[in-house]
Parts: sequence; structure tokens; C-alpha cells
Amino acid sequence: MIDKLLSLWHTLLVTIWDILPIIIILVGSQVLLIRRPIANLPRVLLGFFFVLIGLTFFIEGLERALFPLGKLMAEQLTAPAFLGLDGSETSVDWTEFGWIYLFAATIGFSTTIAEPSLIAVAMKASEVSGGAIQPWGLRVAVAIGVAIGIALGAFRIITGTPLPYYIITGYVFVLIQTWYAPRTIVALAYDSGGVTTSTVTVPLVAALGLGLSSHIPGRNPMLDGFGLIAFASLFPMMTVMGYAQLSAWAARRAARAAEPASS
Amino acid sequence: MKALILQIVVSLFDSFRDLAPIIAVIAFFQLVVLGQPIPNLLDMLWGMFLVLIGLTLFVQGLKLGLFPIGESLAWDFAAKGSLIWLLIFAFALGFGTTVAEPALIAVANEAANVAAVGGWISDEPAAREDYAYGLRITVALSVGAAIVIGVIRILRGFPIQNLIIIGYIGVVIMTFFAPPEIIGIAYDSGGVTTSTITVPLVAALGVGLASSIEGRNPMIDGFGLIAFASLTPMIFVMGYGALL
Repeated sequence: MIDKLLSLWHTLLVTIWDILPIIIILVGSQVLLIRRPIANLPRVLLGFFFVLIGLTFFIEGLERALFPLGKLMAEQLTAPAFLGLDGSETSVDWTEFGWIYLFAATIGFSTTIAEPSLIAVAMKASEVSGGAIQPWGLRVAVAIGVAIGIALGAFRIITGTPLPYYIITGYVFVLIQTWYAPRTIVALAYDSGGVTTSTVTVPLVAALGLGLSSHIPGRNPMLDGFGLIAFASLFPMMTVMGYAQLSAWAARRAARAAEPASS
Repeated sequence: MKALILQIVVSLFDSFRDLAPIIAVIAFFQLVVLGQPIPNLLDMLWGMFLVLIGLTLFVQGLKLGLFPIGESLAWDFAAKGSLIWLLIFAFALGFGTTVAEPALIAVANEAANVAAVGGWISDEPAAREDYAYGLRITVALSVGAAIVIGVIRILRGFPIQNLIIIGYIGVVIMTFFAPPEIIGIAYDSGGVTTSTITVPLVAALGVGLASSIEGRNPMIDGFGLIAFASLTPMIFVMGYGALL
């Protein structure tokens, strides 16, 4: 019990240290520049207290429960024994890694659903759009994007193909899709690329990349172990724009179906 | 008070729903695919309990603290009409929140290792530390610059895709010049610089600015700050790798 509390206390100190620069900047600009009392100060302070304690508990819990098991799992799933490699292979057949792709996709999806910064952006988007963008719909769209991204990233590590080819092709797709997507979604879609990968996703995904690149013959963890995060930030842009295009299309269809009935 | 408690109960349920997929995935792979029991079940349950409470409190804190302060700052800056101070604040927010970001520190150390193995810097702890520190400052500067550019975009109402295209072209050009070893780290660095507290604050700031300026649509113009903050580090990390 004591060790649990001690480690919680330690996480609290680390979290305070992390958010200290933000507090300094906020207080500094409020006191030096704005020079106006903050509306509802006690409420705001309570909010910051909740954020601090919440983040502390969240990170402590992740490090206690999810990360050790998730990382161990990534190691076991990529271990030569599980993959059926005996060390004599010089190349591998990418079709023999079904469990890896499934793990990559499902862990990408599920960690994104739990990502606090994505929850924040989804709340804001729903508020700004007057409810036209459903928080849950947006988050699922982003999570599907991350799932596709991580699975494709695992495929890239297994095949050893160069990362820039994938990312640059992805950029071209994003730009083409921007042309056709509803204007109101574009900025949000670009943002969703950056917010998907933080507290929950990065440690687990990094363990997967490292495990894969150290065990697949011919891969170097230093060269091939990176890049999964880049995939995870790219594909949500496409799925979020796709989600908006689908919703717009469904709305148009519904409007067309309603027309003859009303006239 | 009663309303707050009710809200927290609802929010607790939401958090449970948010965490259920992770639990399901881990349990499935552990029990079915790997065919092993869950180790330290009691410790796991304690951890899950902490995650659940933590997420719930964080979401409540967003609504009570981070969102209101981000928006009220945006309104106050707009009312004050001082562009310079707004840009200085934007830069400080981007730089200050990034330079101490633990994920960035990890990435910078990793890049220093690559550089030492690649032989661009001497393989000594001091040389590595210098390299990692320089990289961190570079990325933090680039995020500060990104937030400044993003704020100017909101004020002027430029279409976001024009700036993003320029950024993409920058990434592609730098990819040709950067040493191949650094590319993976550089591409990943875009995703890790924006932390859990920066994102809500920056989102509220952008939306608040766009709502307080006439002729700007918060949906079209308010978002996009985070997109810039995840694009510029890629360019700067590759630039740093190419120059040093």
C-alpha cells in the first residue's frame, strides 16, 4: 500500500513538473498583459486541480496496469518463437504475420479511443459545430485511421520498404482529398493527425516497432523501428475527411429522398 | 453540487466505455492468442481503477479549467488588439510546452544515439547530450514558430491547405537532404510534440480567436494550430540532422 502511494506521489511530482511551463505562461500573461481578473476563478482553479490529479492517476494507472503488459505482449508477439522463425531465414514472407497486423490495428484503435487529447478536441469540435460533428463519430473515425496506419506501418517494417515513399504518397492523397472534402472539416482533419498520438498510444506502439524491427531478419531497430507514429498521424486525416464526405453524402441522399414526398 | 456529482457519475461511465476496447484487446491477445493468464491481476485492477478515475477527472477539468481559460485568453487578447503580445504569447506557449515535453526528450536522446552510431558526432556522453539538447531547442523553436504562423493564419483567414502544402513540400525537400538514419525519427517527432495539456489549450485558443474576430468561422479557421505544430518539427529535425 505504501509503495503504491509513494509511486503515485512520484507521478504527481512529475506531472506538476510537466505542466509547470504552461502554468507560468498562463499566469504570466494574465498578470502582466491582460491585467484583468479571471472570470469564475475558483471554478477554473478547481478545473486545473482536476486536470492535475486526473492526469496523475491516468498516467500512474497506465504505467502500472497497461504498459507493462502491453509492452510484454508486443515483445512476445514479435518474438522469433511466436513468429516461427529459427534465425536461419534471410527474408520473410509478409503474409505470415496475420496476428501482428491484427494486434497493430486493434491496439491502434483501442488506445486512440482512450486518448485524452483526442477526447478534448472531439468535445471542442462538437461544441463549435453545434453538434453537427458527433464526438463519438469523430473519435471512431480517427481511431480507424490510426488502426490502418499502425497495421500498414507494421507491414512496412516487415517488408523493409522505405518510409518516405509511404508518407509522401499519403500526403498526395491527403491533398487530393482536401480538394473534395467539405470545407468545414479540413482544419479539424489536419489537427486530428497530431492529436492522436500521445500519452496512451506512443509507448505501446513504440514497443511494437522496436520488437518487430529487432526480430525480423534484415531489419535494424535503429533504422526500421521508427515510423509507426508517422503512419498513425497521417491516416486519421484521410479517415476524418472521409467521415465528413460520407456524412455529407448521406445528408444529400436523405434530402433528395425527402424532396418528392414534400412536393 | 448535486449536478456536479451526477455529471461525474455520467462521466465515469463514459470513461469506462473509452477504456473498454483496450481491456478487450489486451485480454484477447493475452488469453486467446498467447494463451497465458493475466499476471498480477490485483495490480492490474488497481491500475485500471486509477486510469478510470484519472480520465474522468481530466475530462471534468477540461470543461471547468482548460477550455474556459484558453477561450477567455483569446477573447482578452482580441479585445486588447495588441498583435505583438498575442504573437509573443503564442510563441511562448508553443516553445514553453514543447521544450520540457518528456516524449520529445526521449526522441532527442534516441536521435543522438543514431547520430553517434552513424559517426556524425563523437560517441561520447557529452557530445550526445549537446546534440540532444540542440535538437530539443530546435524542435521547441519550430513549434513556437508553428503556433505563431497558425495564429496569423486565423487572424488573416488564409485557407489552411495552402500553408499545409508548403509544409509538405518542405518535408519532401528535407527528406532528400537528410541522412536516411534520421528520417524515421524526424517523421515520428511530428506526432509526439503535442502533449495532453497543450492540445486542449491550443484548441480552445484557436477556436476562441476565430470566434472573437468578425468574418472568421471557428470551424474553418479555429482549428489547425495543432496541425502546424506537428508538421514543423519534421522539417526542423531533418534540417538539424542535415546540417550537423
